[in-house]
Amino acid sequence: MGSKSAGVRFDRAERAAERAADRHHLIRIMPAKGARMEIAIIGAGVVGLATAWRAAAGGAAVALVDPEPASGASAVAAGMLAPVGELAYGEEPLLRLGLASRERYGAFVAELEELTGLGTGYRTDGLLEVAFDADDLKYLDDLRRFQESLGIPVEALTGRECRRLEPMLAPGVRGGLLAPEDGSIDPRRLAPALLDACAKAGVRLVRRRCAEVLVERGAAAGVRLDDGSAVRADRVLLAAGPWSGDLAGLPPGTVPPVRPVKGQVIRLRTRTPFLGRTTRGLVRGSSVYLVPRADGEIVVGATQEELGFDTRVTAGGIWELLRDARELLPGVTELEFAEVSAGLRPGSPDNAPIMGPTALPGLFLGTGHFRNGILLAPVSADVLTAMLLDGPVPDVARPFTPDRFSPGGTQMEAQVRR
Amino acid sequence: MGTTDDGEGLVIAGEEIGSRLIMGTGGAPSMHVLREALTASGTALTTVAMRRVDASARGSVLDVLAECGIRVLPNTAGCFTAGEAVLTAKLAREALGTHWVKLEVIADERTLLPDPIELVEAAEQLVADGFAVLPYTSDDPVLARRLEQIGCAAVMPLGSPIGSGLGIRNPHNIELIVERAGVPVILDAGVGTASDAALAMELGCDAVLLATAVTRAQSPARMAAAMRHAVEAGRLARLAGRIPKRRYAQASSPFEGLATS
Repeated sequence: MGSKSAGVRFDRAERAAERAADRHHLIRIMPAKGARMEIAIIGAGVVGLATAWRAAAGGAAVALVDPEPASGASAVAAGMLAPVGELAYGEEPLLRLGLASRERYGAFVAELEELTGLGTGYRTDGLLEVAFDADDLKYLDDLRRFQESLGIPVEALTGRECRRLEPMLAPGVRGGLLAPEDGSIDPRRLAPALLDACAKAGVRLVRRRCAEVLVERGAAAGVRLDDGSAVRADRVLLAAGPWSGDLAGLPPGTVPPVRPVKGQVIRLRTRTPFLGRTTRGLVRGSSVYLVPRADGEIVVGATQEELGFDTRVTAGGIWELLRDARELLPGVTELEFAEVSAGLRPGSPDNAPIMGPTALPGLFLGTGHFRNGILLAPVSADVLTAMLLDGPVPDVARPFTPDRFSPGGTQMEAQVRR
Repeated sequence: MGTTDDGEGLVIAGEEIGSRLIMGTGGAPSMHVLREALTASGTALTTVAMRRVDASARGSVLDVLAECGIRVLPNTAGCFTAGEAVLTAKLAREALGTHWVKLEVIADERTLLPDPIELVEAAEQLVADGFAVLPYTSDDPVLARRLEQIGCAAVMPLGSPIGSGLGIRNPHNIELIVERAGVPVILDAGVGTASDAALAMELGCDAVLLATAVTRAQSPARMAAAMRHAVEAGRLARLAGRIPKRRYAQASSPFEGLATS
């Protein structure tokens, strides 16, 4: 685990500085007994869970409100930890955040597994991205040049080399890229481990729906639950994924638009070795990935559909995934079909997470993680905890504060526009 | 003679459209990038695949268009039969309250070329049902003419396959379509870069529709601005009237009379 590369040096330095700042900070904000910061977190997906754990460990009294913890996108997600493989033009700040999170994952998981005794299926065996035809290869070449221009180490492979790594790949595969430090985790094991860690850290889990944010004297003062009772808090973190925009009690415009982006995901099973590492393919311009687990599960994903809060699985969605998966790995048809499910990613206007204070004092946002919620959980937890406990905002998180969507303008937009 | 576009504005089905650049939304990396690109393009009409959106969902591409004040042109992308396309058009009319539709009936997934037979069938049904039909068609002048005769509000021949960026593969056919058309001709599909859009306008097209060239560019907003200028430039060049091509040079300053003065 950990990084050997030159391209992520800046994250290390940043991380050390953040840690120092955090330590300094925790000492400062927790002076007296009985004066603990009270925090209510709405939403127990991986971001809410990880932040609850970290904030409680940092000394806060945390209430985590969710009728069904880890039942949204966290339960469907494949769990790729692939900031490099997911890189897109104009999203360099997001890449830096993803690298910072990937960097933290080893220690995060080690601490979590040690505390809870539960496994998470964490792997760092790289991500292989392959091109199916000549057009796809052109796209990958373009991506490689972009990655290299940012100092990211990737390895360009011929089709033959790809097949040496993954012998089940179709003979026609033209070439690929190996991101050696990317990996994966099993979100269905990560979430229970986080729940257990939260319990051990003293987080109060409130299994109710949040009806509204309590606002008193122009500031967030807690949340009201669907049974009418209230959870009072000094600070409220809204981490309700795509539902974050629909909460009552907030002045209009407090939460930037977060929309549900549906993803259908198939789970297959194999009893014989089939795939060694996370493999993504571009198949005639269409993208598919397969994430193998140690227990023989192989997750195939994912569609990306803008259909509101619709979580139906469709014939077309399954067909597209299997069509592309079969082109890439013909033997996929021999695997057991275990499950198909659909989840809703929280999509922000710029695809990047929204983390930080809002115009309403006391209300913080931790949503909009879109395709990267699992990857970004550790860094988001650290960033949000620092923010909730009055810590300094780490530089790597600065482009992602909610104010970037307010009319005044924004750091990230400036960077993106450049 | 003015130095701006003093020809008639773009009029489709009796309604004036404020820009000759019609945009598509497919392939945009994010809503934020899409909004920047649409703004930079100056477009007044933008297509949305009705099979890919829920008109009632918040924060969707339709919200972005509404906030930018851009008129929505629903399209039937993803339909392979006349039956599907007609149904999709009707659902779009119900959801969006517009009787305009960009009619797309695709023959095959690899090329995404139009299926001419299904297209004509669907166009006939939709025209009869009161739709303003803007059909995405191959660059066949005969087919374009037939679509106009059926009563389509415009014809939209392809330059080359959707998303290919191969430009206008058969400019001669586009010219033939333009020469005989009594409805607006909108070059649709295949534009890869600004010169392709300019060429379409120089050939006499009334407008250009493009998406991928902008949405998948490294800097979509910049490419959108380039397309806006290209469409304007091509239109002005068409109105200005280009010089004939010659085999040999012709001095721009006349030589006559220099020796005898």
